[in-house]
Amino acid sequence: MADKYNAETIISETHKKISNAFDVFDHESNKTVDVREIGTIIRSLGCYPSEAELHDIIAELEEEEPTGFVRYERFLPTMTKILLERKFRPITEDLLLQAFEVLDQQKKGYLEPEELNRYLTQEGEPFTQEEVEEMLSAAVDPDKNVILYKDFVSMMTIDDHR
Amino acid sequence: MGCRVTKPNKQQRIERERAIVSVPASHTAVTAMRAALLIQRWYRQYAARLEMRRRCSWNIFQSIEYSGEQDHIKLYNFFGCLMDHFTPASSQKKWISHIFHESDAFQEMELERYFSYKNIEVPDVYSGPHLTFPLTISNVTELVDAFKNKQKLHAHYVMRLLEKTLMLLRFLPNINHVSTCKYKEITICAETPYVFNGDFVDRGKESMEILLVLFAFQLLYPHDVHLNRGNHEDHIVNLRLLQKIFSWLPLVTIIDHKVLILHGGISDKTDLNLIAKLDRQRFVSAFRPMRGEVSVRQLEAERDDGRRRVQSLSYGAGVRLRPEVPRHSLHSASRRDVGSVEEELSERRRLAVLGLTSDQGSAKDLQTEAWRQIVDVLWSDPMPQNGCVPNDVRGGGCYWGPDITQKVLDRHKLQLLIRSHECKQEGYEFCHNRRVLTIFSASNYYDVGSNRGAYLHLGPDHIPHFKPFQASRSTRELTLRQSVGRTERSALQALRMLFFTHKSELMREFLQHDPQHTGLISLRSWVVAMETVLHLSLPWRVLRSQLVSSSHDGMLNYDDWFNQLSIIQPNAKIANTSLLETLYKHHSNLETIFRMIDTDHSGLISFEEFHQTWKLLSSHLQTNISDKAISELAESIDFNKDGSIDINEFMEAFRLVEQSRAERKPSPTSAERTTNKPTTTQNLSDITC
Repeated sequence: MADKYNAETIISETHKKISNAFDVFDHESNKTVDVREIGTIIRSLGCYPSEAELHDIIAELEEEEPTGFVRYERFLPTMTKILLERKFRPITEDLLLQAFEVLDQQKKGYLEPEELNRYLTQEGEPFTQEEVEEMLSAAVDPDKNVILYKDFVSMMTIDDHR
Repeated sequence: MGCRVTKPNKQQRIERERAIVSVPASHTAVTAMRAALLIQRWYRQYAARLEMRRRCSWNIFQSIEYSGEQDHIKLYNFFGCLMDHFTPASSQKKWISHIFHESDAFQEMELERYFSYKNIEVPDVYSGPHLTFPLTISNVTELVDAFKNKQKLHAHYVMRLLEKTLMLLRFLPNINHVSTCKYKEITICAETPYVFNGDFVDRGKESMEILLVLFAFQLLYPHDVHLNRGNHEDHIVNLRLLQKIFSWLPLVTIIDHKVLILHGGISDKTDLNLIAKLDRQRFVSAFRPMRGEVSVRQLEAERDDGRRRVQSLSYGAGVRLRPEVPRHSLHSASRRDVGSVEEELSERRRLAVLGLTSDQGSAKDLQTEAWRQIVDVLWSDPMPQNGCVPNDVRGGGCYWGPDITQKVLDRHKLQLLIRSHECKQEGYEFCHNRRVLTIFSASNYYDVGSNRGAYLHLGPDHIPHFKPFQASRSTRELTLRQSVGRTERSALQALRMLFFTHKSELMREFLQHDPQHTGLISLRSWVVAMETVLHLSLPWRVLRSQLVSSSHDGMLNYDDWFNQLSIIQPNAKIANTSLLETLYKHHSNLETIFRMIDTDHSGLISFEEFHQTWKLLSSHLQTNISDKAISELAESIDFNKDGSIDINEFMEAFRLVEQSRAERKPSPTSAERTTNKPTTTQNLSDITC
């Protein structure tokens, strides 16, 4: 399909992707979404922004007098630019693994739940209690009660190859 | 943290990121922070993708559910049409009028027959609960325990319980006023009133048990347990007496003259004074035409439009009087035949109560108005914008805005409207400046893990305190990913069933995109076909990747794709495949019609009745189902060859199941495909929708 690489096609495909993702959260079908869902939408389109970056984007998208809603006509150009410029690129499996290895200072090959909990709720852009509980419920090996991070990373990144 | 200063190229970025995490130990603190950041950033993206999937599954279930409700509306419209315009042969005439036009006297007779629990003996071997009336708390506790242990309550006790419930309900007003003040008398019952806001029978497997428990508690604590009617108490159910009970359920409960509780919602026409006065038990079902009255306004609108769009049952452009029906029409004739004098007298009495004369014109108006009030209360949904528009997703009631909430609540000096009717992720949700609260108590509504349920506790200050919960223990043990995965699988399976039941239409649509009959269509065409045939507002482009597993160069072999849906019926005896699809698609409507025909509730219908059903269905669907096809089908279903058909067996025979992988047949080769083609076209012409 030769026209696949045509710029116009790329843009229109991109627009369709953005529109589909937006529509999922457009509950009243009036081309607006709650501002609190913007992060989910952007991330579901394959981007990995930090919380700070997200806040910046939202500030751009909000109306001069914030209504709590974001309109599609504002979202579309901003999101198109993000996608076409490939901002906020994915974190690879390698990188993720290395991050866990850094936290595993004693090089045990695993992390204690309390250890990881501490890092994630006190460092960086801290997780909420709910977030850390959710992650630990998937990460902790039920028999050994530790996080075998190598296995964990492999398992979680299987989805990325879908 | 994020790099915003320059835009490095890919290589530089990777190197930089690598550098961030592989710095020597002396910078541990900083690198630990950066590592944590990376993990957080990654996990939040992962969680967002899961949320997206969950939301999509949700939308799928909701679309299918609402479209199923629309089907019911269409059935209603069909029956209405039937009554007004269908002039059946004399043999059919009697049968149809029998279904639709039972007189009060006939119904009373039936009720007596059903409530004759005295004739139902409880055998000695029965080990379930024995109820005594008036009920005691130990009776009810025993009942609940028995149900928890999967025991059954004997029919004798069921009948008594239902009879007592009906007696109680008849005395209740349409609008139940409840007070949270303590009672002056000392009673041994709970001091807190409980309100159950409708839809008691819906998806769960133990609807009857739940109903009986609710009724038992209501009988035990009649001042403290209040049941409002929901729209699902509307379905034409198997037991006539349950129908009767549902029609007597109050429509509205008001607490301390401040909090309004009803199942669906309101419209700009909602008038509590009118609701208080109407005769609620006449309106057994929004789908069953009222005696002597049918609203054809919407039917006519639909016909004029020529479009398939479903419009609202009740909410339209004002009340239009029905066009004059000639005196010799079907229903007025039969009405005259049966107990007409008594009916007329009671009619006049009723009108007198409502303050009207017995002029025919305004009587009809009032009935229509009363019916509309009820449908609005049971079916409406709130919307964020001001105004009031027909609820075309449900097909009944309206969407009402914050201005309407304010108007109606202020008019009746109420503070808060509590309603249900819509499933909410967390079990509850406020809207309209916190003057409307939706509360939904069935957790795992669409599937295990789909949502939480909630109930609320209203203090004397009328401030709600929420108690969300999730019923299934297994849900709580699943990780987020597992529960999302599960719900998603269910939603996708529900969609596959839908594809299967729309196979002819989809094939027709695919062929449009494949005029050369290559057997292939583009993925884009697949999306267009889905949108055109299914009328579900779903993101087909996104769903495609999960519903279409094998495509080559962007092209899909649609025959293969259908085969891979792997859905067959379990009973291979039922050979006639041209009817099969119709059967699957209209499964629930068929069941509705069958149960209406089975007037003595024996669970059996005769060949003749079976035949009539199909005739009705085919005229509703405007298809052509030959007599021969119906006879063949009937014979193949009559498993014990006794000349009658067991309804339940019939329905069971057509439950869709997923074919196991081992049994799946290989897809036809292109040679086979060519020979199969004539069959395909034959099917298409048999079902000329």
